[in-house]
Amino acid sequence: MNLIVISLITLGLIGCISAVVLYLASQKFKVEEDPRIDEVESVLPGANCGGCGKPGCRNFAVACVAADSLDNLYCPVGGSSIMTKVGEILGLAAVENDPLVAVVRCNGTCEHRPKTSHYDGARSCQIMHNLYAGETGCMYGCLGCGDCVEVCTFDAIHMNPETGLPEVDEEKCTSCGACVKACPKNIIELRKKGPKGRRIFVSCVNKDKGGIARKACAVACIGCSKCEKECAFDAITINNNLAYIDYDKCRLCRKCVVVCPTNAIHEVNFPARKTAEVKPTETLNA
Amino acid sequence: MRTFRIGGIHPEDQKLSANVPIEAVALPKQAIVPIHQHVGAPAQPVVAKGDRVKVGQLIAAANGFVSANVHAPISGVITKIDTAVDAWGLPMPSIFIDADDGGDEWLETIDRTPDLNRICKLTGEEIIQKIQDAGIVGLGGACFPTHVKLTPPPGSKAEVLIINAVECEPYLTCDHQLMLEHGEEIFIGISLIMRALKVERAIVGIENNKKDAIELFRELANRHFGIEICPLKLCYPQGGEKQLIDATIRRQVPSGALPIAVGAIVQNVATVYAVYEAVQKNKPLFERVMTVTGKNVTRRGNYLVRFGTTLADVIEHAGGIPEDTDKIIAGGPMMGRAVINVDMPAHKRTSGILLMPESESARREPVNCMRCGKCVEACPMGLEPFLLIQQAERRLWDDMERNDIMDCIECGCCLYSCPSNRPLLDYVRLGKNTVGGIIRARSAKK
Repeated sequence: MNLIVISLITLGLIGCISAVVLYLASQKFKVEEDPRIDEVESVLPGANCGGCGKPGCRNFAVACVAADSLDNLYCPVGGSSIMTKVGEILGLAAVENDPLVAVVRCNGTCEHRPKTSHYDGARSCQIMHNLYAGETGCMYGCLGCGDCVEVCTFDAIHMNPETGLPEVDEEKCTSCGACVKACPKNIIELRKKGPKGRRIFVSCVNKDKGGIARKACAVACIGCSKCEKECAFDAITINNNLAYIDYDKCRLCRKCVVVCPTNAIHEVNFPARKTAEVKPTETLNA
Repeated sequence: MRTFRIGGIHPEDQKLSANVPIEAVALPKQAIVPIHQHVGAPAQPVVAKGDRVKVGQLIAAANGFVSANVHAPISGVITKIDTAVDAWGLPMPSIFIDADDGGDEWLETIDRTPDLNRICKLTGEEIIQKIQDAGIVGLGGACFPTHVKLTPPPGSKAEVLIINAVECEPYLTCDHQLMLEHGEEIFIGISLIMRALKVERAIVGIENNKKDAIELFRELANRHFGIEICPLKLCYPQGGEKQLIDATIRRQVPSGALPIAVGAIVQNVATVYAVYEAVQKNKPLFERVMTVTGKNVTRRGNYLVRFGTTLADVIEHAGGIPEDTDKIIAGGPMMGRAVINVDMPAHKRTSGILLMPESESARREPVNCMRCGKCVEACPMGLEPFLLIQQAERRLWDDMERNDIMDCIECGCCLYSCPSNRPLLDYVRLGKNTVGGIIRARSAKK
């Protein structure tokens, strides 16, 4: 009995002394933290995807609070609505950015781009890229090992087993840019989602001369500059035998899609064309 | 008998083309000469379209100290300077030469007689200058410019020259045959390099499966002062610089340091032969001996090939591609890389062409790591490949750097020894490339 009492008193005393020491220490070494950091963090999506360039949402909140203006800080996942909320908390003007979406700029499916070799190494695009040009004749196109799928934290990109190409789920894509960084061939680009999700882009990154590109892939951009001439808004530029559509200038008239002889220009989420036009492409492709 | 002390494996040596005399391959009608055949900056073309060149004429000059000259392998007219596709489907800037009049008109300065030339009155600096002019690079596979290697950084002094006559790669026999046919020349070459480095001692490391070469070299060593022969036990990767230094002189090169840190300089026998030809015969490096081999190759052997000859032509000369070929490998089976384009020209790096049937080349399905530690046991650099692959898969580059990924020599022992068929080397190589890039970016920032 005595023993129990003694132990209780000793332990109680040790507990009390430790509590006092801990209290004093916590007062002495207290870190003053801006309460706004917690507030900002609470409105952020909390995905810790790194799309903003910071290691996580907390670090982004710290950076926002420390910054004088929000010009260089943008959370692509939350978009403009979240950034407005952050701006309200901090009393700063938030940047308005149009929502973006990841776009895979390669259409080299198995039938368009026949295989010329067989790769039997580790299934990783990065490893394959370090070794050689890839399994097909096109050294610019998708390697198909799915590094982009692996890095996506939002389950928004998947390999289509039939085409062997990744496909982006527009609903889930938050434009964090992880896939853009993971792709060793720089095929994936963040483009404006566009009104009603409508957008037009060149689905090819092949910089070879027309003949070589066409030989490797049936739907390659051959740099013929027909689209450049057709475009009334100067939105299309040709560099290194490759067309690129500037999404800020593009008015979505879809004229370039029709003139492209190799069907390299893609339109997304447009309603079907009213008149059944015969594309000149089909005769050329034959 | 000696060998190196850490790790190593013993693959079947498969020297199918041993003792096949060296045979010259017919000159190509068109030679495609890449301007970047070495480690360092690509050479700068010094000829223009339409120029006529003779064999051995300089066509691209070294661009900086760590770079090497490129010479015309055939005589003819420069048709264009353009990109060609290399063996891996990637662009490769090259000079295209179309042969005329048989394409074998040599520069007058080159001594084409087979006579031995033992006398050399040049100083060390002049020898190194001649080596630099001849565009000689390490022919063991790394293609590091030889003149750079022979110029130790200030403050370090070479004590011993080690000659790599190991040829530890299975299948390859070109160095072995070169030693048998040109032993005398190689010894003169060794003396030249010894003079250039001002060292008194040279050791030739030869693996024990080349008994005839050891015997021949022992006999020759009696007549040359300061050159020792060191027969070595069979073990891969004995031809790695650091392994060879450990095997021959029992010194270990510290992590991240060059062999000169322990006073050693390593040169390959093929490089030594090229040095002899450059210094004594004025002949720049525009051809090399390479092995064409494989189980079903009809005329496997050792061929003297001018750079610029396509691999397809060389294989054709050796009897063509056997029907069951699944993989064509440039180099040896351990360090070489499978090629996808045989129209690519042979150059300084190509030490062999290996045509492997499907039964031998197919990779087995990888299964989970069972932590048996065989890769750790096999790694000649004392790394832990099983750990490195996990870190590479998770993209933990910092951890890989801490685990000395940069010491990896990519010999492939881990992959060879893995009972689970894990793609160890693939991921380790990925890690090494990425970490190397991070380190370079970091030092560029400073």
